[in-house]
Amino acid sequence: MNIANLSHYEQAIFVLSALVLYTSFSMLAQSRLFNLINIFAWQGTLLGITAALVAFISNQPHLYISALLTLVLKAWLIPWMLRKQVMRLKLQREIETLATPTLTSLAGVGLVIFSYYIALPIKSLSNSITRNTISESLAIVLLAMLLIITRRQAVSQVVGFMAIENGLFFAALVSTYGMPMIVELGIAFDVLVAAVLFGVFFFEMRSSIDSLDVDQMNRLHEVDKR
Amino acid sequence: MNFLLTHALEITLWLPFLGMFLLGIFGGSRGGALLNIGLSALSFASSVALAWGIYIHAIPNLSPQKWFYIDEFNVYLIVLTAFVGLNTAIFSRSYMSYEIAKGKLSQNQMRLYHAMYQGFMFAMLLALTTNNLGLLWVAMEAATLATVLLVSLYRTPESIEAAWKYFILCGVGIAQALFGTVLLYFAAEQVIPEHQEALLWNVLAAHSGELEPVVLSIAFVFLLVGYGTKVGLVPLHNWLPDAHSEGPTPMSAVLSGLLLNVALYALVRMKVLVDGSLHNHLAGHLMMGFGLLTFLVAALFLHRQRDIKRMYSYSSIEHMGLMTFAFGVSTAMSTFAALLHMAVHSLTKSAIFITVGHATHIAGSQQIDKMRGLILTQPSVGWGLLLGTAAIAGFPPFGVFMSEFLLISATMKQYPWLVVPLLLGLTIAFAGLFKHVQPMVFGEPPNGQKPVLANMLPVLLQLGLVLCLGLFLPNFLTDWFQRAADFLSHSTLWNELI
Repeated sequence: MNIANLSHYEQAIFVLSALVLYTSFSMLAQSRLFNLINIFAWQGTLLGITAALVAFISNQPHLYISALLTLVLKAWLIPWMLRKQVMRLKLQREIETLATPTLTSLAGVGLVIFSYYIALPIKSLSNSITRNTISESLAIVLLAMLLIITRRQAVSQVVGFMAIENGLFFAALVSTYGMPMIVELGIAFDVLVAAVLFGVFFFEMRSSIDSLDVDQMNRLHEVDKR
Repeated sequence: MNFLLTHALEITLWLPFLGMFLLGIFGGSRGGALLNIGLSALSFASSVALAWGIYIHAIPNLSPQKWFYIDEFNVYLIVLTAFVGLNTAIFSRSYMSYEIAKGKLSQNQMRLYHAMYQGFMFAMLLALTTNNLGLLWVAMEAATLATVLLVSLYRTPESIEAAWKYFILCGVGIAQALFGTVLLYFAAEQVIPEHQEALLWNVLAAHSGELEPVVLSIAFVFLLVGYGTKVGLVPLHNWLPDAHSEGPTPMSAVLSGLLLNVALYALVRMKVLVDGSLHNHLAGHLMMGFGLLTFLVAALFLHRQRDIKRMYSYSSIEHMGLMTFAFGVSTAMSTFAALLHMAVHSLTKSAIFITVGHATHIAGSQQIDKMRGLILTQPSVGWGLLLGTAAIAGFPPFGVFMSEFLLISATMKQYPWLVVPLLLGLTIAFAGLFKHVQPMVFGEPPNGQKPVLANMLPVLLQLGLVLCLGLFLPNFLTDWFQRAADFLSHSTLWNELI
């Protein structure tokens, strides 16, 4: 594949997918809650732009609705809700100690390579940029899972959870010009409800275990310890 | 009557949706529980009408806009879901009024509980009836969202921990299934000209031979991990015992009896497509492997439990493993066994959880070693627990024995050496269950243990049905199972039997 042979649209998608992947990596390394939420909002913005671009090129008006929905939900509403909750829980100054930042980033690189390896044997993808974009969206999903695994703070885990949805949305967008409208609306609804429920949880957690550190939740065991 | 028959699907599905809002307003009042029962009863009645329609027309029912698809595979699951939903609603009335009398729950919490109960039923029925695999995912996620606040209903640190685990694990897990669905759509789009229809199951099933095998095999791995998390497959099962043990008991009954079935249903639907595209046993072998592992690990974990609800949730994991294995063997006979097992397990397990709910009220605790002498204190509850456990462990006259027997014969034909771990696992599980149950039902009751107001009618109905299914299978059910087994396994039962 020669980059010069690609159309402008394909090059733009290329750049956008690289930027989204970059935001995933920077989330992985970010230890301040507020910055983490900001990067998440940027990722949402990039997704919205991608959706608008795909809508423009493929001439599918329903994708404009998706783009708008993404911008409103992922770039504005959910980050706003998270910020407000962080303020109300007085966590804005909190800095998470990342146990092994270098190792985590290296693991992230490994996940990206792994994603490319997975998409390699797909025949219908030879000679198309979709191979790159599918691999990258899988990498975004896996990086978000890594974020959830490495964090101990409930708010950061929620950001990871939402970033997974971002990766999935991106996958649907760049590989298939978006899912059917009804499915996208359903997914957006689920994400919104999840965000509201997470907010409820932060307060329940704070009032019951007096912390948002998930390591404090250690009462239930798989087997009887005695 | 005619109206009911033609609109049965709409009524079955949208009644719980409406009920969610109604109970969101009136659910906290005294009549809330009754309204919940009434709505569930109406929904059950129309699901029976729906099944009747399928039975007399004997063809799959595709709704005009292709939104819904009812065939032999999901029609009995719809009736089962509505039936267990109704019985659990009846049980939940007496259970919840006891909890309110003890001051454990407030009126607002009851409103939330009733509204979400109907919301959960709606999500499951939508997942079962929809023809669109994307909507199937949305409904599965919605079912998680509806139940997550119910798991933490008591607001104890344990219940919040359980709910958080459930939320994060199931949410992340099911996201994998969405990635699988996107890949499936990607493959389908290249062969199905009408893009809006590229996620419809009946269209995909017709074109499954043309879908690109590599994409489908990658997609299936994601779908297996995603829906497998909800089925409770080891090693993705961690959320399940926690969510079952910390939530209110009616929730445990519907989670165990219904939600796990729906997740497995989703997985099997996907497997049919993957099999059609791959023409090999990759999907089946993966399901066999995970199923067997789940079955054995859960049977062992049963022994080390101290909480009665945790113990029975491990038993659920064990049975889900068995069903996954049975679908994985993918002969028509093993699929037949799996379909039957889905029905009898869900009836038996929800009956057990209903009994357990009363038993914990009698003993005032969920700890196994604090529950003693149930038969002496309240014979109906004690015998209910004993008979239910006998049924789930696979004692002969009950339906579970039938399906397990069928499964073992099917396995014997295809993979004779796998019968050994199956029998071993069944024995281990049996020993584990009875080790714990025997002292609970027999034994001396502690001083001052009093009977409670228990409504054992749902238990009687469900265990009675399981007994009937063990003694004989009605013709229409055999027909459905047989045809479902034929198309799910891409073979014919009669050829195998000859």
